[in-house]
Amino acid sequence: MLRIEKRPVESRLMGYLSPVLAAVLTLVSGALLFLLLGQSPAEGLHAFFIMPVSDLYGLSELGVKAAPILLCAMGLAVCYRAKVWNIGAEGQLLFGALIGSWAALQFLHTESAWALPLVLLAGALGGMFWGLIPALLRTHFNTNEILTTIMLNYIALNVLLYGVHGPLKDPEGYNFPESALFSDSTLLPTLLEGTRVHIGVLFALLAVAVVWVLLSRTFIGFQIRVLGLDARAAHYAGYHEKRLVIFVLLLCGGLAGLAGVLEVTGPIGQLVPQVSPGYGYAAIIVAFLGRLHPLGILLASLLMALVYMGGEMVQIELGLPQALTGLFQGMLLLYLLACDFLIHYRVRWGDRAAVTKSAATASQGA
Amino acid sequence: MDMDFVINVLYAMIRTGTPLLIVALGELICERSGVLNLGQEGMMLVGAVCGFMVALTTGSLVLGVLAAMLAGCLMSLLFAVVALGLSATQVATGLALTILGAGLSAFVGESFVGQTLQGFKALPVPFLSDIPLLGPLLFNHDVLVYLSFGLFAGVIWFLRSTRAGLILKAIGETPESATAVGLPVMRVRYLAVLFGGAMAGLAGGYLSLAYTPLWAEGMTAGRGWIALALVVFASWRAERVMFGAYLFGLASILHLIVQGMGVSISSNLLAMLPYVVTILVLVLLSSNSARVRLYAPMSLGKPFHRTQ
Repeated sequence: MLRIEKRPVESRLMGYLSPVLAAVLTLVSGALLFLLLGQSPAEGLHAFFIMPVSDLYGLSELGVKAAPILLCAMGLAVCYRAKVWNIGAEGQLLFGALIGSWAALQFLHTESAWALPLVLLAGALGGMFWGLIPALLRTHFNTNEILTTIMLNYIALNVLLYGVHGPLKDPEGYNFPESALFSDSTLLPTLLEGTRVHIGVLFALLAVAVVWVLLSRTFIGFQIRVLGLDARAAHYAGYHEKRLVIFVLLLCGGLAGLAGVLEVTGPIGQLVPQVSPGYGYAAIIVAFLGRLHPLGILLASLLMALVYMGGEMVQIELGLPQALTGLFQGMLLLYLLACDFLIHYRVRWGDRAAVTKSAATASQGA
Repeated sequence: MDMDFVINVLYAMIRTGTPLLIVALGELICERSGVLNLGQEGMMLVGAVCGFMVALTTGSLVLGVLAAMLAGCLMSLLFAVVALGLSATQVATGLALTILGAGLSAFVGESFVGQTLQGFKALPVPFLSDIPLLGPLLFNHDVLVYLSFGLFAGVIWFLRSTRAGLILKAIGETPESATAVGLPVMRVRYLAVLFGGAMAGLAGGYLSLAYTPLWAEGMTAGRGWIALALVVFASWRAERVMFGAYLFGLASILHLIVQGMGVSISSNLLAMLPYVVTILVLVLLSSNSARVRLYAPMSLGKPFHRTQ
């Protein structure tokens, strides 16, 4: 007889295995889905997960797509460690892209070595500003950050649309909702010739290292983790909850804003309405999938970048809707949450007598 | 500003507020049982696309509405299994449901983009619609708006005057005590989540079958999230949901009113008004934390561990 019992302690192993299991289940569901759509599952999965990265250019694109996701997910991980449910990376990214673009447009006709650093700084500051809003709303007015950050995502998108339709629109752009093309002095240098890999990828990797050190080696990182584990303990220890909330949202906003400005000064080269295909939302999945750990998130961001590329590839190769990406993203997170059940519970074979016995020990343990 | 203009604005306000009203009523029941389902947006989207597809292929709007509700139900069942059955974090599960719903609806609805159908038409109530002012305002709507009136009254009655409503509220406050007196906490919570799913599906169906009879990717435009704020706005009291829904409805059509009055402001800036209003309302209502603690169901969002 199959039975479920609570583990006396959380399983560390399942903590690592559950994301893998979720990825496998997503693959299996994907195979079934391709079958349902009248495609060969092997061919479908091959087109989705292998073909996009089968050459050097594909691999370089993986890095280009992973960078913004990674930056956002790093910021979100710090927020979620503190149990600050910031859903607003998307808005922070968009606002960073908007402010960064405004700054880049100031350098259209002036060459300066300071141009690019200033533009990147402007983008990061823009994201920080957008992160500061929900932080202050929470610390001063007790508002739920989930709802305020979601609303700010929609607001940021509308402000950006206002920008490209209005003040930032290219006067010589035939009325298209786009800014002028940025000048070379405000475009990111590429790392590899013939690819779009830009120095932003290095920023993303740097962010991984910084967040890792922050969370595991610094006092403020320790405070963040304590706040997340037990807010009352953090209070009794004398940590300033409000300051920590502001800190994590500023950090996430800065990283997401940087991701946004890197997109417009890197692969895109101008401000357009579609700066992000939902990178900020994908980063939420990545943060959870990577177990809020910098290394795990690094791996998860590569997987997520692949999911984006796979969606484009199946559209080209098999004529399937690109929306498959969103479907895979949702499945990945839902499977992960379902598999996390196995961290706290285990499934065992056993007879009825053993059930009552183990139930007794389990309740003693709990 | 003449009377006709005011009536037109208020009429549009009711139409725009209706999907918010429906989805918020569902979420209210869900939250009163102690479950926070952030997946409203995803359930609405799946409801909208399924309702539209079924109505277009069968030619029956009623079947479309039923399909929308069923689709919302199935989505919420997914939430219930993961968040209640497998005790995953409700916040994360709700988010997952929204992401899944957005992806799923975009995927299955891809070939239906750009198609239109004859949506629900206004159905004037005999005699009542002839009342001056109130008649054209309240009794000249499509059948789903009348249904929303009925649902509103039904939910109030359910929470106030039925034994089942009392049980639901008791479970939302203290599930442990409810278990101790033998109330089926899990079963009630499953049912509450499913009701919320059906309502979100219906609200989605209202959008794609009556409000704007077409399907477009992401057409709910954050209404599911606004509905969540609406429940906070209503302090978890059903009677206040309708006022809130219509207030938000008014905020969403403000740009039309302003343009109608000949003021030229960027439509993009005006389009963000409902979201700004939502934040302002949250600020006004949440700043008194004691008030939130007083009104919110005590066990809201907390996982319930079955004692073995």
